[in-house]
This record gives sequence, structure tokens and C-alpha cells, in this order.
Amino acid sequence: MQFKSMVLSNVEVSPGYFRMRMTAPQELLESSPGQFLMLKVVDAIDPLLRRPFGLFDVGTFAPEYAGCGTQCYTEILYKVVGKGTKMLSALHHGDLVDLLTPLGKGFAAGPAGEEKVLVGGGIGLAPLYYLAKDLVMKGEKVRLFAGGRNRDDILCITEFERLGVETYVSTDDGTLGERGLVTQVLEQHLGSGMRIFACGPTPMLKAVALMAQSHGVPCQVSMEAGMACGVGACLGCVLKGANHTDETPDYRCVCKDGPVFDSFELQWS
Amino acid sequence: MTRPDMSVEIAGIKMRNPVMTASGTFGYGAEFVGYLDLESIGAMVSKGLSLKPKAGNPTPRIVETPGGMLNAIGLQNVGVDAFINQKLPYLKDVDTPVIVNLYGNTLEEYGEVAARLDGQPGVAGIEVNISCPNVMQGGIVFGTDPQAAQEVVRLVRNNTSKPMIVKLSPNVTDVVLMAKACADAGADALSLINTLTGMAIDLDKRRPVLANVTGGLSGPAIKPVALRMVWQVAKAVKLPLIGIGGIMNARDALEFILAGATAIQVGTASFLDPGAAQQIARGMEAYLAEKGIPSIASMIGALEV
Ligand SMILES: Cc1cc2nc3c(=O)[nH]c(=O)nc-3n(C[C@H](O)[C@H](O)[C@H](O)COP(=O)(O)OP(=O)(O)OC[C@H]3O[C@@H](n4cnc5c(N)ncnc54)[C@H](O)[C@@H]3O)c2cc1C
Ligand SMILES: Cc1cc2nc3c(=O)[nH]c(=O)nc-3n(C[C@H](O)[C@H](O)[C@H](O)COP(=O)(O)O)c2cc1C
Ligand code: FES
Repeated sequence: MQFKSMVLSNVEVSPGYFRMRMTAPQELLESSPGQFLMLKVVDAIDPLLRRPFGLFDVGTFAPEYAGCGTQCYTEILYKVVGKGTKMLSALHHGDLVDLLTPLGKGFAAGPAGEEKVLVGGGIGLAPLYYLAKDLVMKGEKVRLFAGGRNRDDILCITEFERLGVETYVSTDDGTLGERGLVTQVLEQHLGSGMRIFACGPTPMLKAVALMAQSHGVPCQVSMEAGMACGVGACLGCVLKGANHTDETPDYRCVCKDGPVFDSFELQWS
Repeated sequence: MTRPDMSVEIAGIKMRNPVMTASGTFGYGAEFVGYLDLESIGAMVSKGLSLKPKAGNPTPRIVETPGGMLNAIGLQNVGVDAFINQKLPYLKDVDTPVIVNLYGNTLEEYGEVAARLDGQPGVAGIEVNISCPNVMQGGIVFGTDPQAAQEVVRLVRNNTSKPMIVKLSPNVTDVVLMAKACADAGADALSLINTLTGMAIDLDKRRPVLANVTGGLSGPAIKPVALRMVWQVAKAVKLPLIGIGGIMNARDALEFILAGATAIQVGTASFLDPGAAQQIARGMEAYLAEKGIPSIASMIGALEV
């Protein structure tokens, strides 16, 4: 769908990280965790292209004004890295943005009764909150491993804890949780009957995917790539599939075939 | 009040309005269902097809630049046979002409691709992309050498009975010379422009941003160049022209019509807004209605200099 959305709130939750809530049509309640949106920050040619963001949350709320039924919202959690996200961070309640969503293929929850293990690196936590909410609602046991360079990169942990998710935090400098990489903490807890859902920087995803494969744990990863269209038309956002060679190329579109992939679908070398 | 007549005809292809989608920016059409009505636009142009499926370039393939974007997709496509078998059947039920964009890695491939499309009733016409390197001749781009371009156009002409549009490259010293060469070799219409070759550099990494180093610039940044080229070619050749380059809205589109284009193509704008082509068609009609102009045909080449 394409629609105009009103900013409801846009709050700096940690230095350089913002959480923005926007109005959305009811149909967005049908979206799945792991899907994303493409946001046009301004109705102008600079920045030109839409910016992709994972769905951090989708839900309903009761507006303050009387005589109005519940209204659907969506949230994104984003890091200010360049021109587009800087402009985004200056938006206020009442501003309008243009959204395309839900896009792409989300996470597959997998069979009930497994232990669902969420692994997020920095801003990679964004799509995992919507996933955690969904899994908890389904009655699953959910654990979250969150990592970052320092305490400022560990986002919205209390939100996860409020859902009843068991959380493990690690930072490179030890300013919050254990000192070290999220993958080191994860490895200590890996076992059978688990399913991993990971999002974060590509080197982290590679480490998680290879670790999961060596432990025989099924693993899905949410990937990023530079995007222009978000709908499978420009072929700008491809990654190499597992069997890709120069002679027999196998490219997958992050926007259409992903952003969530089974770790076996992709080439990690 | 009667509605303005927006219909145009390009080399026998009748279109309800002058708005076409540009090759490589509209997938194979089906990707955009739900965002616009495929029967609200004048014609659809497919992704550029080659004889064999083509994998395309390594990544990163795209990067935004001020007012535009660079792409080095590398002409990734499913190949002409898969297009005919998998993509065309769906498009046959859509009442909008389908124009197939094609290219070859060698001269012979151009002829072969055109021949395979010739018997296909669902194909209203072909658009020949001559902005690709000839692998047999050290990668010299067909569309930058008048003789090479003429050879391609003649060969395709001999292999097709369909209306043939030749898409010109802007990366030349004299676009009029190229336009005349293609006209003389049998083109029914010309479309222009393809992307302008450019590059982007990551200063801190001291590396080019695109894996391919260079890429094609598209978007609003190229509109002035495209307008100038359409205007120059319109004065020099009699063939119908299709204007392309940075068209974001109805006013941009109408400027190309004034400069001498019979139709226009919407490219990068469809990435920003998948419904852009339909909105531009609607906006053009609204402009004519507001100004009391009875037909779009009366605006073609009506620029006063
Ligand atoms: C499917 C998907 C989901 C995403 N979800 C989120 C999310 O939930 N929260 C979030 O904060 N970000 C997310 N991103 C990344 C986000 O889209 C980029 O950070 C954003 O587009 C940058 O825009 P900008 O104009 O601020 O930066 P630009 O000015 O465009 O770029 C500034 C710097 O950021 C880098 N950059 C640009 N795009 C990306 C990218 N896609 N990934 C990594 N670095 C990039 C550039 O190389 C450059 O160094 C997601 C990306 C994808 C593909
Ligand atoms: C991602 C991308 C892919 C393209 N692929 C093709 C192609 O396969 N064949 C072709 O003739 N032109 C291709 N083009 C060029 C466009 O059709 C068009 O000529 C150009 O983008 C200028 O128009 P615009 O500024 O409206 O985008 C491509 C452009 C882009 C941005
Ligand atoms: S962003 Fe255009 S194909 Fe994925």
C-alpha cells in the first residue's frame, strides 16, 4: 500500500537513535514482523529516494479526541546516519510522510514450542520488537541477545522485558551487560530446540549464520542493501544466493525475496 | 466540457496518452499492480532483454546523488525466451501496448532477440537499446559510433516487422548525428535519453561507491540535458520522438512535448512513487483542460523560440 501518514511522535530514545510513531491504515495489522516500509521524508528531490526501515511495531491506540474509534499506528526505530535520517529526526507531531508498506518477506515463526532466540546488533534490534510481540502473543518462549559498541547502542530493552522476554545484553566496551560480542554470548547458550532470528550488521549476521549452521540450529537473517524502489523493479538491492558463482549467477532481491532469508539461502564467503 | 484528446500514435502504436514507463524502472509491469492501473497509461516498456538470461553486476549497484541516482545494474534480465514464456502471458490481458526493450552483447545477438520477438502478438513494438558495449570489439558502445549504430539498426530492421524505436545514448558529442544515422538505417521512432555515465566516490574509503566504478545517472538532475537533446533532434529529423530523462511530474512531461516529443517515458520517478506514471498522465490531461487546449497533438513541438 501507499499512503500518507501523520507523525504522532518522534522521540530520541538514545543519543542518535529515534523512535517514530505514525498513523497507518487498519490493513497494516495484517503485516508480518520482518517486513519493512519505504519512507519519503520530504516531497522534494533531495533526498530523492525513499528510505527503507523495518517495522518496529504495529498496533492500535485510542486517540485522545472523543468520538473516534481505535486507530492503527506503525513505529520505526532509526539511527541518524546521513541526510535522510537527519531530516527525519526533525519531524514533529502532525507532520506528514509518504509510506509504502508492508514490503518484502518477513520472519517465519516456525513450529510452536521451540525456543525462539532473537539476536540484534545495534539498530538491528528494530524489526525484532514486532517479532517478539508476535511470538509472545503466540505463547512462545522468547530470548533476546542484544549487542552494541556501547550502552547507547542498546535500545528499548525495557520494552522487550515488559513483554516477558528474557534479555542478554553485551557491549564491546562493557558499559552495559557483558563485555564482548553478542555472538560470544550467544554461543554459550546455543542448544537444540532453538530457532534463531537475527538482524544487524552483515559481519555479525555472517557469524551468527555460520555458528547456527555448525550447531544445526535453524536461522533466519534480516539483510540490508541499498534500495531504490522497494518493489522488485530496479534490481539494485541484490545479494548473492548460496550457489552463486560468476559462471552461474544467482542473485536475490533483498526487497522482494527478503529482507528475511534463511541463512542457507545466502552466500557468506 | 469535452475532455482533451490525449491520444498519440508512435510508428503505428496507438496510445491512450503519451505516458510510457521507461525500461528498467518498471520491472515487467506486474510488480506495479496495486499501485497503479496499468490501463491508465499509454504504453509499458519492459526491462532490457538479451538473448540469454543476464546476471548483472556485483553490488553496490545503486547510489543516490544530488537530484538523481547512479545505477550499474548491468542489464540483469530473465532473457528473451523466459520473458515470452513467463512474463508476456500476464501482460497480454492488459489493454495497454507492451513495448519490449532489447539489447545484444554482439551485433548478431540484437538480430536474434528481435527475430524471437517478431512472431509474438503480445508485443506492440520494440525499443532497441544501443547504449551497450560490443563485447566483440573491445567494449565500444554501439550507440556512440554512428556506423556501429547503423549496423545494429539495419540488422534489427531485417529481423522484425514490428514498429522499431531506437533508444539513443546521451554520451556522445553530437546526438543529432546519431539520430540521423539511426533514422537513415530504418528506425521508425527515436527515444532519448538513456542514462548519462557518471561516478561517485567515497572520500574516506578512497574507493568508488559502485562496484562497477561507473554508472548511469538518471532522475531530475538530467532533465535539462534531455530536454536540450530532444529539442535538437526534433529540429533535425522527421521521426516521432519519445522524451526521457528526469520527468517527475506533468509539467516536466509537457515541457518535453513542447520541445518536440510525441510521447514521454517515466523512469526514476516510478521508484519514488510507484503510481507516478498514472499521476503524470492525469496531470497532463488536467493541464490541457485548464488551459482549454483541445488536444495534446497540438502541443507537440510547439515551443516558441
Ligand atoms: C530492509 C531495510 C531495513 C532497514 N531498517 C532500518 C531500521 O529499522 N532502522 C534504521 O535506522 N535503519 C534501517 N535501515 C537502514 C536505513 O535505510 C539507512 O540507514 C538509511 O536509508 C540512511 O539514509 P540517510 O539519508 O540518512 O543516509 P545516506 O545519506 O543515504 O547515507 C549516509 C551513510 O549511511 C550509509 N547507508 C545508507 N543506506 C544504508 C543502508 N541501507 N544500510 C547501511 N548503511 C547505509 C551510507 O553508505 C552512508 O555512509 C534499513 C535498510 C534496509 C535495506
Ligand atoms: C535502475 C535502472 C535500470 C535501467 N535499465 C535500463 C534498461 O534495461 N534498458 C534501457 O534502455 N534503459 C534502462 N534504464 C534507463 C531508463 O530507461 C531511462 O532512460 C533513464 O533512467 C532516464 O530516465 P529517468 O531520468 O526518468 O529515470 C535504466 C534506468 C535505471 C534507473
Ligand atoms: S530496491 Fe529495487 S529491486 Fe529491490
